[in-house]
Parts: sequence; structure tokens; C-alpha cells
Amino acid sequence: MTKFREKIAQRGFMLVALSALSALALITIFIVAEGVPIIGKVGVLKFVFGMKWAPTQGYFGIFPMIVGSISVTLGAVILGVPIALCCAIFLAEYAPALMRNVLRPAIQMLAGIPSVVYGFWGLVFVVPAIRNYLGGPGLSILAGSIILAIMILPTVISISEVSLLALPPLYKEGALALGATQWQTIRRVLVPAAKSGIVAAIILGVGRAVGETMAVIMVLGNAVAMPSSILDPARTLTTNIGIEMGYASGEHQQALFATGIVLLIIIMILNSVAQFAFRRR
Amino acid sequence: MKLTPRNSEKFARTVIWSAAFGVIGLLFFIMAYILIKGTPSLNWQFLTQSPSDMGRSGGIFSTVIGTLMVTAVAIVVATPLGVGTAFYLTEYTREGPVTRIIRFSAESLAGIPSIVYGLFGFIFFVMYLGLGWSVLSGGLTLAVMILPTIIRTSEEAILTVPRMYREVSFSLGGTRWQTISGVIFRAALPGIATGVILGIGRSIAETAAVILTAGSSLRMPTSLFSPARTMAVHFYILAREGISMERAYGTAALMIILILLINVGANVLVNKFVARGR
Repeated sequence: MTKFREKIAQRGFMLVALSALSALALITIFIVAEGVPIIGKVGVLKFVFGMKWAPTQGYFGIFPMIVGSISVTLGAVILGVPIALCCAIFLAEYAPALMRNVLRPAIQMLAGIPSVVYGFWGLVFVVPAIRNYLGGPGLSILAGSIILAIMILPTVISISEVSLLALPPLYKEGALALGATQWQTIRRVLVPAAKSGIVAAIILGVGRAVGETMAVIMVLGNAVAMPSSILDPARTLTTNIGIEMGYASGEHQQALFATGIVLLIIIMILNSVAQFAFRRR
Repeated sequence: MKLTPRNSEKFARTVIWSAAFGVIGLLFFIMAYILIKGTPSLNWQFLTQSPSDMGRSGGIFSTVIGTLMVTAVAIVVATPLGVGTAFYLTEYTREGPVTRIIRFSAESLAGIPSIVYGLFGFIFFVMYLGLGWSVLSGGLTLAVMILPTIIRTSEEAILTVPRMYREVSFSLGGTRWQTISGVIFRAALPGIATGVILGIGRSIAETAAVILTAGSSLRMPTSLFSPARTMAVHFYILAREGISMERAYGTAALMIILILLINVGANVLVNKFVARGR
């Protein structure tokens, strides 16, 4: 009886452990199967580099959205990463216990706030500020970048902090013993030593920024045209799906799944690079 | 001023301290902004009346129920799968190709954007399995989404259980299953619960994946197969279409309060766990 139960348990655990793999496979298969026909019909190059998106008239070009995704993400990285790295260094090296006990839960809370709430806050606070002080419609790449910069903070901070804390204490002790100041130690020894972990943190942050939908929909303006400045409205790959899935059908819907394939490929590449970088630590 | 080591140390300290204070300040600012504008509309009627006139008047009761039902489905499905996977990875196998593939899958799932989960849930649960826009479709989609979180936190919790527990159990003649269910599971429970609580938080907060799978019907969901609108989706529609800013702020405030409670709860559990483990 016990032996039988052992066998059942072992088989059961093995079956259950396959859930993540099967989910990943199902997601890939179903999205690819739904999106590939339209890419085949339009042609890969025309789909990815096409300048015009007018699905009801048969134009399926997503290049302006790729540019949109790249520019908001780049903006988010430029604004968010320096602050995130400072916070990570603060938590790992400078923070007194009290500050650490305030900042860590604060960052965790920042990660828990629903993305629609960030988007809404951007809409009622950031967008009007940009409109009043910098001009343009306010709904813009800049607004999207600011919101995404805040949203990637938790990811970049926590993973960078982990890689800084994982360094052997000897590194720091050695540098300090040689008479280096704390900042010299951090800049010349600790950060270079934790480089691959920090790179992984930034790449995962990029992944979050590329994948974010609801917050971006609310502040980006969602115009299909190619943006020409950071004060212009734009549309990203994710928001294209988020906005049009509600009413799309037929080839239009397939084209949104095809947009999903492009998104999935970008994310898979980013994640593999990040996992590789993190392992090399 | 010359850039001596002393000066650059001072400068670096100033920048780093201000970044840390900036982040804390930003969080408080965002939360205070939503709470101050939203809490005045939070009252008993708002919570217990269903929305009417597309959300222009009435409360948010049906969306609270929708959120609860969708979240419950997600947790009930994802918890056994996630915890089971964690036990398999830690107790049944050595590190090897199998564990590497499972870990790779879980990490990849964690990186997939929620809108892609929405697309998948729509084409697989809603269309292919014919579940329609429903509590079940929404909950199952969320279950896949929170699976990696539960796997990772459970695995970490199980790994902190001292080896000695296993050795004692085995030496007393306990089988692997008895050791897992009677000893390790109990010892790791607070950590596992933390993962589940974080999963609840993500389910409440999620919008993109839910709107495409559970729909946005304002009617009260009566079964697993009826469509539902969650609080996050309701908030999104109210705010984006400018239906009622007052009610949008109220809904957002309620979500923020819930997420705050969830975070506090998770932290209390973690601290208890850490205190007992050392």
C-alpha cells in the first residue's frame, strides 16, 4: 500500500511538473498558428517593415509600432536605469538598516500597483504636465517613457541588488584595505564584478517595458503614424493588440496575433540573453 | 571644487541617497494621490451596490464579485501545479536536463507580457475550448500567468527547510511522500503561502489578460461560465472612456488598499518564516 502510494505520488509530481512546459508550448503553438497565415499572405518583410497599418483596407505594416516600442523602451531605460542602479547600490552598500526596511517594502509595493493605476496616474498627472510645460498633446512617447521608467524600477533594483550582495565580501574588504573610499570601491570593484547580473537586470527591465500594455495605452496617444519627436503620440506593439482586439475579426484579428508573434520573439530573445548573462555571474 | 576622492565620495553619497528618497517619495506620492481622491467615494453603498448605467452610477459590487471569482479560479488551479512542480524540482530529481527545461519554461512564462497571455487565453480557452468569455477562461489564463511566481517562491521556501528535517524523517522510516506531505510541506508552508498571496495580488491587478478572456460584462456573474468584469477592468473602462472619474478613483483606491494589505500580509509571513528558520 505504501509502495503504491509512493509510485502514485512520484508520477503525480512528474505530471504536475510538466505544467509549465506544456503551458509554454501551448502558448507558442496557438499564437503562432493563429498569426502565421496572415504573415505568410502579406510577406514577412512587408509585415515587419510595412509603414501603413490600415487592417480594414488590407494594409498590415507594423514598422511604426516597432519604432514606437523601441522609443518608449529606450526612454524608460534612460530615465529609469540610473535611478534603479543608485537604489540598488544604496540598498547593498550605503543604507542603514532602518532605510533598508523602508525602501525594500516600498519597492515591493511599487511592483504590486496595478499597471492601469500607473497609466491613470500618468494620464491625470504626467500628461497634463508635459502638455503645459513642454507643449504638444501631452499624450506622448515621453509620457510613456516616464511611466515605464517607474514601472521597471522594482525589476532592475531587486535583481541588481541581488547580484551586488552575491559578491564575495573579500572584494570589498580588499579594496577598502588598500585605502579606497567607499565610492571608489563601488565604482571600480563592486559594480564591475557584478556586471553580468546588472546587465541581466537591465535586460529584464527592458522586457517588462516592451511587454507593458495597459499603462502605455492610457498615456501614449495611440496614433498609428510614425512618431517624429518624443512629444508625439505613438503606438507600441502591445497597445496595438490591446486597443484593437476588442473589435477585430477575420484577417484583422489574425494580424493582431501576428503582432503577438513579433512581440513573443522579442521577449524570448531578451529573456534568453538575460538568463545567459545571469548564469555567467 | 576639485574632484578629490573625498569630494566624489560626498557627491556619490548625495546622488545615491536622493535616488533612494526619490523612489520612496514617488511611491507615496502616487499612492496618496489615488487614495486622497478615491477614499471619499469608498462607502458601504459603493461596495455593495452593483453598477448601473454603464458604471455612471451605482457601486462596484458585481466587479468585486467578478474579481473574487476569477482570482479564486486562478489560485485553485495554479497552487497545486506550482507547489507540485516545486516539490518535483527539489525533492524528486537531481539537477539535470529535465530540471533545466522546467526552470527554463517557468522563467520564460514569467517574462511573457500579459497581453500575450490575453491573446492565448482568448484563442485557447475562449475559442478553442469553447468556454466563451467567462470566469473560467479568465481564471485559467491568470493561473498560467501566476504559475511561475508560485513555482519560484515555493521552491525557495522548500530549499530553506533544513536538510536535517529530511534526514530525521527518512531515518524514522518515513517514505518520500510521507516526508514531503508531513514534514517539508508544513515547514515550508509560510513561504508557499507568500507565493500564493503574491499570486492573488497579481490576479487582482491584472487587466490586459482578463479583459480578453473574462470579458467586460457588468452583469453579476452567477457561475463559472458567465462573463465577468473585474475591478481592474472596470477601472480601466471608467477611466479611459471618461464615464465617471469619481468612481474610477474609488475603484483604484480600493485596489491600492487591497494590494497594500496583501503586501503587508506577505511581509509578515516572510518575517515569521525567516525568524523561525534561523
